[in-house]
Amino acid sequence: MILRRVVVTGMGALTPIGNTLSEYKEGLFSGTSGAGPITRFDATKFKTRFACEVKGLDMSQFIPRQEARKMDLYTQFAVVAAAEAIRDAGLDEYLKPIDFEKGIPTDLPVNLHRVGCIWGGGIGGLKTFEEEIISFAKGDGTPRINPFFIPKMIADSASGILSIRHGLLGPSYVTVSACASSNNSLIDAFNYIRLGKIDICVSGGSEAAITQAGVGGFNALKAMSERNDDPSTASRPYDKDRDGFVLGEGGACLILEEYEHAIARGAKIYAEILGGGMSSDAYHITAPHPDGIGAYMCMKNALEDAEITPDQVDYINTHGTSTPIGDPQEIKAIERLFGEHAYNINISSTKSMVGHLLGGAGAVEAVASILAIQEQKIPPTINHVTDDPDINPRLNLTFNEAQSRKVNIAISNTFGFGGHNTCVVFRKFEG
Amino acid sequence: MSEIAEKVKKIIVDKLGVDESEVTEEASFTNDLGADSLDTVELIMEFEKEFNVSIPDDQAEHIGTVGQAVKYLEENVK
Repeated sequence: MILRRVVVTGMGALTPIGNTLSEYKEGLFSGTSGAGPITRFDATKFKTRFACEVKGLDMSQFIPRQEARKMDLYTQFAVVAAAEAIRDAGLDEYLKPIDFEKGIPTDLPVNLHRVGCIWGGGIGGLKTFEEEIISFAKGDGTPRINPFFIPKMIADSASGILSIRHGLLGPSYVTVSACASSNNSLIDAFNYIRLGKIDICVSGGSEAAITQAGVGGFNALKAMSERNDDPSTASRPYDKDRDGFVLGEGGACLILEEYEHAIARGAKIYAEILGGGMSSDAYHITAPHPDGIGAYMCMKNALEDAEITPDQVDYINTHGTSTPIGDPQEIKAIERLFGEHAYNINISSTKSMVGHLLGGAGAVEAVASILAIQEQKIPPTINHVTDDPDINPRLNLTFNEAQSRKVNIAISNTFGFGGHNTCVVFRKFEG
Repeated sequence: MSEIAEKVKKIIVDKLGVDESEVTEEASFTNDLGADSLDTVELIMEFEKEFNVSIPDDQAEHIGTVGQAVKYLEENVK
């Protein structure tokens, strides 16, 4: 069976360092931190009182209040990012709500039955869940649960809402694999397109977990930085004094499209997706295997799927969350897989800037990887102060400032609690 | 307008995002005010919370207009 080629024809980003694709790009290459004090709730009593929040977004500009109140913030982020990507791909004229009284349009240059929506989300509507339970707990035990509670809270809601808003009649679901979720959604979208099942997929991921339960929960796991006196330097992957990840929020959308389909409609092409790899640690519910066995296998599987060799890779956007145990295992896996070539590659963790978007991480980092290809420039790992003696200084971790270089192939890793490991391979588009 | 009617109107305006002038006594939640089945369930629940009453499902089925809601509540709120 001949597999079809898959390209990226649209992107949208809603991140702690920029609310649009162009703002995100500017933030990435200038090394901007998105961290600051938590404003989404009163965090006075929490061990961590800062996060990377989306800033200055007037949601009513994108979603009327009556619709927004039936969506969790995680879904609202998806709606904003997807709208930008669909417009960017030149598909906004076709991907609109369907007027079922008039019937499903059949005269469009895209077949709506062959447009899917595969989104990634690590948790779902956490804030919705929290609010409903708090409200119930304050009552006398009478279960007056809001009828929108379930449809707002369940993790699949983003893909359901996007399908309705854009008339997407193909496969629609949300992948849930913790922090690997949106790499899984991209890999699924990529596979359905290359297998010929669909022509276009609205893919990506989002998360909105800066809530009392989210912050309190991650604090309890000792996974999050507690550098409250200096939030903007708290996310410092590979630094000797890193003390945990910084929670982020937002999301990104990528429009994946079959190559011939994109060419036929004259779409602009950002990059080609060559392959995806997955593996499982089978080790621990939160800790990665210390030798990076799973990280190694998912990268190896991705390169094999892409039919490329390790020495062809120019850039690795790492999972690199800034936790003491997470960062070195990924580095070990990189050195083992790439051998001497590991020292020719640029490596960076853009989580140093945007924080950890959990289920949205894969999507915002896929966009960062594609922007690196487009700009021929590597976004930095900011906040580097002190070398970690356990990390080989021969590795180029792109500390503190963006670096220009040839980028033909970029790979993006994300790993999730539960031992889910994923890697996606992007290549510069050449006809 | 009774105090109950005022409160009912306020809930409907808030939940359905409609203009106050549209919330007439005869207005049907679904036909005139754009509510779907879930919106209607939510309205009933909001009435229950606001007026601290329990509206059984077989009664709720007969509350389809603003006037029917006000009438039910006026008769059943202590």
